[in-house]
Amino acid sequence: MTIRLAGAGFRHGGIPALGALAMTVARGEQVAVIGPSGAGKTTLLRLLATALRPDSGSVEVLGCDPWRLSPRARQQLRARIGLIQQAPPLPPRQRVVTAVGGGRLGQWSLARSLVNLVYPLDLQGVRQSLERLDMGDRLFDRCDQLSGGQLQRVAIARTLYQHPDLLLADEPVSAMDPVLAGHTLSVLIAQGRAKGATLVASLHAVDLALEYFPRIVGLRDGAMMFDCPAHQVTSDNLDALYANDQLYPAVPHPPHQSPTVDATYGCR
Amino acid sequence: MSTVNKRPLLTLVLLLCLAVVSGLSFLYLGMDFGALFSGDAGSQMAAYAGNFLRPDVSPIHLGAIGRGVLETLAMSLIGTLLAALAGLLLALPAAGRNGAALRLAARFLLNALRSIPELVWAALMVLAAGLGPNAGTLALALHTAGVLGRLFAEALENTPSAPAEALRLAGSGRFAAFSYATLPLVWPQLVAYTLYRWENNIRMAAVLGFVGAGGLGQMLYIHLSLFQEAQAATVIAAMLVLVLGVDSLSGWGRQRWVRA
Amino acid sequence: MKPPLRDNPPRDPASRTRLSLAIVALVLLWPALQVSEFNLAALLDPANIHTMGSFLSGFWPPTGDPVFVALLARATVETLAMATAGMTLALALALPCSLVATRALSRARLLPNAEPGSLGLVLRWPTRSLLIVLRSVPEIVWALLFVRAVGLGPTAGVLAIAITYAGMLGKVYAEIYESVDLRPAQALVQAGSSRPLAFCYGLLPNALGEMLSYTIYRWECAIRASLIMGFVGAGGLGQQLDLSLRMFAGGEVAAILLVFLALVMLSDQLSAGLRRLLV
Repeated sequence: MTIRLAGAGFRHGGIPALGALAMTVARGEQVAVIGPSGAGKTTLLRLLATALRPDSGSVEVLGCDPWRLSPRARQQLRARIGLIQQAPPLPPRQRVVTAVGGGRLGQWSLARSLVNLVYPLDLQGVRQSLERLDMGDRLFDRCDQLSGGQLQRVAIARTLYQHPDLLLADEPVSAMDPVLAGHTLSVLIAQGRAKGATLVASLHAVDLALEYFPRIVGLRDGAMMFDCPAHQVTSDNLDALYANDQLYPAVPHPPHQSPTVDATYGCR
Repeated sequence: MSTVNKRPLLTLVLLLCLAVVSGLSFLYLGMDFGALFSGDAGSQMAAYAGNFLRPDVSPIHLGAIGRGVLETLAMSLIGTLLAALAGLLLALPAAGRNGAALRLAARFLLNALRSIPELVWAALMVLAAGLGPNAGTLALALHTAGVLGRLFAEALENTPSAPAEALRLAGSGRFAAFSYATLPLVWPQLVAYTLYRWENNIRMAAVLGFVGAGGLGQMLYIHLSLFQEAQAATVIAAMLVLVLGVDSLSGWGRQRWVRA
Repeated sequence: MKPPLRDNPPRDPASRTRLSLAIVALVLLWPALQVSEFNLAALLDPANIHTMGSFLSGFWPPTGDPVFVALLARATVETLAMATAGMTLALALALPCSLVATRALSRARLLPNAEPGSLGLVLRWPTRSLLIVLRSVPEIVWALLFVRAVGLGPTAGVLAIAITYAGMLGKVYAEIYESVDLRPAQALVQAGSSRPLAFCYGLLPNALGEMLSYTIYRWECAIRASLIMGFVGAGGLGQQLDLSLRMFAGGEVAAILLVFLALVMLSDQLSAGLRRLLV
């Protein structure tokens, strides 16, 4: 089993973010995690990325319990796990080539890493990663010259460059338009399949999840609502997952109170 | 920019306190201004000052001064570079990245380094490494490491750690993650602080020679001790030109390169 | 259609710049290392280690001898007095100079459509230059000269601080006047008041807080400068440190260094606290 969660839970300063979760993922599977905001999707992914230590239960990733390992072994385990974050923390003035190159720091010696910082050594490899996401021509641009969607693609390119055995993606396409989002997801899935890597992604857009992923996990308030193949997910499942009693129903605008439109900007 | 005095009463109180403290200081020192500037003492001072008005500009002396200027500049350059490296190394624990105990120890060391003035360090280094510019370089390196280390630590503390954490989650070691993710964020500040201290260190390097640490200072001290005021005057003029030159160069550089 | 993957390896546009920078750095560093005679190994030279070792061995414990401690106390007070007296003289010199040197009080600034006054033009530039020269010669050089002229003791230090800091204070005060809102002073001058009075009532109240803040900061620097000037004979703690070093009295040096540390820390806190209250 690539991933095995048994009663794993996590508390954010006393508030349970994830209840006792049980989940197993086999090698090479592709799983989408969906759920409303605050359901614990990010916490789950960070738990799997060994960024967080579970407060209860156990986590087993790539055949090891990361928290029973020595720090050095845990670092080596992390080199095999790639986490794509929703808002990629990339240094603004860093060039894309260096940012993507950072993906292999876990596999390079310190000397090679430092040389690569001033003189990029594997330009061909970095460019290949970027070209899969149609960013090949942005190799030498600075990160602060990119849009939100482009930054997300650079972050994905970095993780792909890392060649991990376990790909974890936290809302990897949230800043992209629907067409680009679909295309990027298919690239991600194709890459995963080509290497036999396992992919677990959290998504806001349910339609994308249902379209591209064979297995869907629904999270709500830190608990798993369902875990089944995509074609078995019903609309009742989704309604129950996303039901939100606290939102006031939308108030329709009374016709005579619509705001006056400045003649210069009005539609003609 | 318009500033309004927010606390007029406090300002007045402070002014009064300062006036009182000043008066007490003069009383304590018992400085006799009358004796200082009048009669015999006055004319002696005038005569002494007059000796400086005929500076020695012979080529031999100017050549020696040129070498002194180069020595001073070299001392300040190497000393500041060493200090930047040492300061950065000490700033990492001082910013709390290696635990609370190391943070206290690093901060204490940095404070000790910067509280001892450069001249005192120079005297100590002359003992430890012998006379000459080597002692001056080491002294500048030690003192400035304390100053830069503290500035760097403050800059590091204000830097987000998320980029470095993301790299460590991908299996990177600490130093590599620091170099790729934290250093680029803090680099412009590091360079700015280092350049500023280098400018200051040129002034300091010029005077460290008073205790035997080389440069223009050593020349000035020797000439004054041998009552060679004409030669001393040229050295002072050279110091002046050096300081003014560095000031205007850095002003120009700042205007051209510093992005608002 | 996506363009096919290119075969030619990409070239880093920054590599040429970085290489040239590296070469320039080496070309500067190598001679600098030679000229400065940089040699860390000198610290490990046996003769030096012996000297330093015997010196450092006397460091602990720092001297607690009551006679010496009393001497230290007097020296500390002398240092503080030297810094304060020097600052006072510096103020006395800086205030009039700053008024002449600043552009804020020129006719052109205060009156609309006025020509700059001839007196201002003639005096302003020389005064500014004088201030720059005064602060550019390191204060310790002045101290050395004054020790030769008036003898050992704190007087030399007071005069040295007075001269150098007059330059610093004068220049910064002039800049503060220029940065403060000029409208109250302009209104007063247009209503017929003389320029000095307009300054006192219209400009000074606003500038005072910032002036005081900078003066306190400089006072803290003056204390550190006084410590150093003692080294060349201008009295205070610095002179005592020089004596103890020459006598290789490790315990005394340790005690003095501790007092240095405490003095610098205290003045740092005091000045930061006062300035926080003011701004």
